[in-house]
Amino acid sequence: MSINRRQFIKLAGLSAVLSVGGITAIDKVKANAQELPSGARATASAAGQIFGQSKPPLTAKRWGMVVDLSKFQTPEDYQKCIDACNRIHNIPDFGEKKDEVKWIWTDTFEHTFPDSNPRDRKEVKDGDELGLFIPEELKEKRFLLLCNHCDNPPCTRVCPTKATWKRESDGIVMMDQHRCIGCRFCMAACPFGARSFNWRDPRPFIKEENLNPEYPTRAIGVVEKCIFCVERLEQGLKPACVEKSNGGLVFGDLDDKNSDVRKLLRTHFSIRRKPQLGTQPSVYYLIGGIKNV
Amino acid sequence: MYNGGKIMLGLLIFLAVVTFPFWYNLGTADTIPKPKIETPFIKQHGIKKCVESKDYMRREHMQLLDTWRNDAVRKGERIYVNSEGKRYLIDLQNTCLKCHSNKKDFCDKCHNYMAVKPYCWDCHFAPKENKS
Repeated sequence: MSINRRQFIKLAGLSAVLSVGGITAIDKVKANAQELPSGARATASAAGQIFGQSKPPLTAKRWGMVVDLSKFQTPEDYQKCIDACNRIHNIPDFGEKKDEVKWIWTDTFEHTFPDSNPRDRKEVKDGDELGLFIPEELKEKRFLLLCNHCDNPPCTRVCPTKATWKRESDGIVMMDQHRCIGCRFCMAACPFGARSFNWRDPRPFIKEENLNPEYPTRAIGVVEKCIFCVERLEQGLKPACVEKSNGGLVFGDLDDKNSDVRKLLRTHFSIRRKPQLGTQPSVYYLIGGIKNV
Repeated sequence: MYNGGKIMLGLLIFLAVVTFPFWYNLGTADTIPKPKIETPFIKQHGIKKCVESKDYMRREHMQLLDTWRNDAVRKGERIYVNSEGKRYLIDLQNTCLKCHSNKKDFCDKCHNYMAVKPYCWDCHFAPKENKS
């Protein structure tokens, strides 16, 4: 069926009118329905010479961390660190494992150091199903895990938007939530499972009383992870977990011979997660703890 | 003219519908918004000066905020030196909104008027506002 010129002009005119009128009407309706979310007040801290800054920032060539597991005995020892981080960074609790967002968390020896588990799990050797013959307490011990801030991070190489990169100044593997498009390549690239995706809008899943108004939340569809508390280092504070760890987490400059971390690593045997992958993690574990070595 | 009456009627309806947005919104024009800067913090300090001049901020605040965002997050540079040599911590939530704690009367006023919807607030907290 064809249409003649007259019908065509009629149709074109009608559709033009409807579209112009429609857009205006929709805008009007939208404007009326708009409601603005309320947030929290930014607290005023003491203003120094620089407006808004209280202390000079902490700097290093390459930030690193030593986890001294002898200082982590009770579940509370771990939880204090995890809670401090969750609270400061407005990390949501979706209440579902598959949606979990985690910056710092715990896992077993077997999962933390899977390459130290050479035997088939079903094969029982004198009651040691891992075939590791390590102290019983170590098999049951929880290990504190976080982003390793690798010196050679695979996650940053795959990011198509440079939303994650290693800072040249201090080696921190940083995230720019503004630029993340949520492709999750970095999650696939990270061998440590340190990255989490926001499958849902996190805001409603942060308890009102836990909100930290000084730190933003994330939007739906971005990847997030531990950033070694960049925002706290800039304010002259150590990372939140380190502060709450009672000496169990030691934070310092790996490029500085005289730093606390280097002193510890010089005098104690430490291991890193999956070192054979060549990512050069900056988080070291003193397995036996300082006491036992 | 064939079907003169129908054509004229059609034209009239056409004109009526085309001009509908104009006469529908007649008289409801919003007055040009005047963002308020009377917040407790500004009152307390008595300094009614932003990081740059009022005129500059009015014109360029979006570019400034974009630069600040890149400086703070990507370059790790947190200090902004303004045209007078004064130094400020680059931080939307803790520097800008410390003074401008009235998002509804400050940011939203013009943004709504201009129908721009910055997505800052998807992540950044708007300050809790006291009703006063």
